[in-house]
Amino acid sequence: MKSYALFKKDISSELRTRYAINALAMFIIVTLSIILFSIGNERISSSLTGGLFWVIIFFTSMSGLSRVFVSEEERGTSLTLQLIAAPSTVFSGKLLFNLILVFAMNTVIAILYSALFNTFVLKNFALFLTSFILSNIGLAFASTIIAAIISKAGAKGTLYPVLSFPILLPLILTSVQLTLFAMDGTSFETAKFELAIVGCYDVIIFTVSYLLFDFIWKE
Amino acid sequence: MKTTWKILLFLLLCFVSIAGISFPIVKNPQAWYEFPFIKGLEENAKIIFFHVPTAWLTVIAFLMTAIYSIKYLRKKNLDDDAKAYAAAQLGIIFCILATVTGAVWAKFAWGSFWSWDPRQTSIFALLLIYGAWFALRSSIESEEKRATLSSVYAIIAFVTVPFFIFIMPRIMTGLHPGSADDTNAGPIVDFKMNGNMQLIFFLSLIGFTILYFWMWRLGYKSIIYRDKLNKKLIRG
Repeated sequence: MKSYALFKKDISSELRTRYAINALAMFIIVTLSIILFSIGNERISSSLTGGLFWVIIFFTSMSGLSRVFVSEEERGTSLTLQLIAAPSTVFSGKLLFNLILVFAMNTVIAILYSALFNTFVLKNFALFLTSFILSNIGLAFASTIIAAIISKAGAKGTLYPVLSFPILLPLILTSVQLTLFAMDGTSFETAKFELAIVGCYDVIIFTVSYLLFDFIWKE
Repeated sequence: MKTTWKILLFLLLCFVSIAGISFPIVKNPQAWYEFPFIKGLEENAKIIFFHVPTAWLTVIAFLMTAIYSIKYLRKKNLDDDAKAYAAAQLGIIFCILATVTGAVWAKFAWGSFWSWDPRQTSIFALLLIYGAWFALRSSIESEEKRATLSSVYAIIAFVTVPFFIFIMPRIMTGLHPGSADDTNAGPIVDFKMNGNMQLIFFLSLIGFTILYFWMWRLGYKSIIYRDKLNKKLIRG
């Protein structure tokens, strides 16, 4: 229950400044327009659109998801938080916030993307939805724990994508493959191995970040 | 006694290098020094004596970094952090060696230096992890904080990386020997190599592993001594 209170506190402080939401929204528009400008009138193949979709998601996540912990350090409120709540409570509260943020952000990206790119046609929508949900969960877990690490280190902005990329690489590669499967209209039966990889990734990253968060938070 | 094993190691590595490079590959090996002809690898097969040990040590170094990171988080002893750091320093050297030797081999075997084969992707991911780990360490001033945060990162990276090293290259179709669709050069170590080739391969693996542990011991001792000296100089 306490983690829900923490989540509500994060939401209300976010709504007061709208820093992360504004940054994410602008970043989505900027990345999309850069890609649209660079393509021009060229008709790109459908396999390329599946990959570009994840490029946008990766860079947008890297711009805004570190806010949850970095803002606490910048405002100097992390010590107070350490006094009033257990590490696991803090972690689950922040995780909940990032999960909501990732889902909102990626839904907006998916809608805008399918509106702007004619070649982004999903033949198997159920498969896309399943892989989308699983990948978003993994993305939120991994980005939350890396955000906790970099909030304690110097050079926060540049370090975040550098540290996140190798950790997210298995997830992104498999998700690109799954998106291509969904565009080709592949059945669940053929894609079950990739879905299992993403599912395992979610479980592993959640367990390890939950176990290790204590060490980061007490530092 | 102290220098005997070093001389023996030197002789072993000399023998492995000479044998690995100079022993001929023939269709029907008869003499003890002849290697068998492996379909799909041919003369290129000789890289196995040098490329495989470097890739093996990359993973061993990564494993040791993770083990000493766990040890550090349990006991909070800075010596364990020095051991993890020395292991990773060697790991990145062997990782670069494995990448470069693999790319040179790929130029002759597959026709291009880099083709995003699953194995190449996995070694590239390892290289990125090592790079990110050193970037994280260099951004933190305080010793304890640096040790804790880099330990946590090493453990997180260690649990996600098996996806690359052990799962993806085996399920995905690729060019590297040992991939899922590999019919002509399948599991090479098991039955495609004959006795003497296996012997030299494992000798080379053992030799390189001993060399690694020797270098690692020198590395972490020098780091610990340097830290002690620095502290003495500061305190006066």
